[in-house]
Amino acid sequence: MTEQVSPSGASAVRGTVQVKRGLAEMLKGGVIMDVVDSEQARIAEDSGACAVMALERVPSDIRRDGGVARMSDPQMIEEIKAAVTIPVMAKARIGHFAEAQILQALGVDYVDESEVLTPADETHHIDKWAFDVPFVCGATNLGEALRRIAEGACMIRSKGEAGTGNIVEAVRHLRQILGDIRKITQADSAELFEWAKQLQAPLPLVQEVHDTGTLPVPMFCAGGIATPADAALVMQLGAQAVFVGSGIFKSENPSVMAKAVVEATTNFDDADILVKVSRGLGKSMAGLEIGGLETTFADRGW
Amino acid sequence: MLRIGVLALQGAFAAHRQMLEHLGAGTVAVRQPKHLAGIDALVIPGGESTTMSKLAVSTGLFDPLAEMLTSGMPAFGTCAGAIMLATHIADGRTDQRDFETLDIDVRRNGYGRQIDSFETDVEVVGLEAPFHATFIRAPIIERTGPGVQVLARVGQNAVFVREGAVMATTFHPELGADDRLHRLFLDQIGRN
Repeated sequence: MTEQVSPSGASAVRGTVQVKRGLAEMLKGGVIMDVVDSEQARIAEDSGACAVMALERVPSDIRRDGGVARMSDPQMIEEIKAAVTIPVMAKARIGHFAEAQILQALGVDYVDESEVLTPADETHHIDKWAFDVPFVCGATNLGEALRRIAEGACMIRSKGEAGTGNIVEAVRHLRQILGDIRKITQADSAELFEWAKQLQAPLPLVQEVHDTGTLPVPMFCAGGIATPADAALVMQLGAQAVFVGSGIFKSENPSVMAKAVVEATTNFDDADILVKVSRGLGKSMAGLEIGGLETTFADRGW
Repeated sequence: MLRIGVLALQGAFAAHRQMLEHLGAGTVAVRQPKHLAGIDALVIPGGESTTMSKLAVSTGLFDPLAEMLTSGMPAFGTCAGAIMLATHIADGRTDQRDFETLDIDVRRNGYGRQIDSFETDVEVVGLEAPFHATFIRAPIIERTGPGVQVLARVGQNAVFVREGAVMATTFHPELGADDRLHRLFLDQIGRN
């Protein structure tokens, strides 16, 4: 946190939990789109994205090309920042706090400590409390989500399996997280100790989930969303916003697909609107079966 | 019971609804023109104003809402909501539309990026204790028209304004537990 005294004498504090979680609150109901250059960023903003994620290659290309995937070139991130007025996020490798420091100094609005990049640390995630910039982290289950929140994450996204265009893993992870939350709200106080042990998560956070029936931070969905119907599905399951990676710019008509996913995310429970926006979109991205993957990104994270 | 429409195209609409319902008002999530029937007032939440503007147009909400606001429906806009109500947006997108119902000029992201977002206490006209305000990628009100009353400032900048039945903040009273500004809004609707 950084404290400053304004000319009027009132003190203003930056980098607080409220300010960091607050931006996640503002992104709810929206679509965050992966973009690899300023042209794509403009298309995303034109289509109604509430934020963009700047990265060098979309996940399906990372999967295809192999090799080590790292933080993007600062110059490319700066070009994207200059191209749009909506928030710009960027990815750092798991545990790579130096990349996160660079992203903070660049002035990105959110850092994604992401399993889509090659992990830099096989034991530790970044101590996110040490930063003024907020972090989003992926999770496949409630324990993982609460461990990331304990480390200072201000937004959780269910991981799904990025770059596959296959929604099955996103659904699995959402159901896993939200199902356990529902069970915990029914648990008695003695059972909460056992839940904390099983989830390998701090007891106070487990107790908070029990009391509030929700995660302490917003929960969005990522990994495999390729159509407006996919977005509607995960929103109905309980996601509060969606990240779309390869699904937009690997489709036949990115601008049309992007607009359709934005409208479907807002009107996720209105089938008439979903019919309208799903019609005539051209080809969605080609998808992959999970069983045939060489690397599952979702297994990265501890 | 008052029925408050909360624009729910994108952003922090759930937090507003929770606060209003806690104060005993009924709320409706407004996503399509049919949701406008029977509402007494409108809340426009924080979020991305460019996203909201596009969705308001594509859903057909924009024109009927603009008409209701022009004919005097009470409204409360926070952050992006203040931008949507303003007569003029500096630094907006050329295709961005707003309701032009509150005589102010706003500059989007006036304080800078997320890293410059902050919390601070503000003195509010009519409230005894200061209000702890959270500013997130907040806009700056660069001009207020002659009919606009400034109810709070941070430094030189107006951060809470009212003109007739329309009020707006550049901060987020829906985050946190202090419901005094929502109370003020509901009282004001009762009086109109």
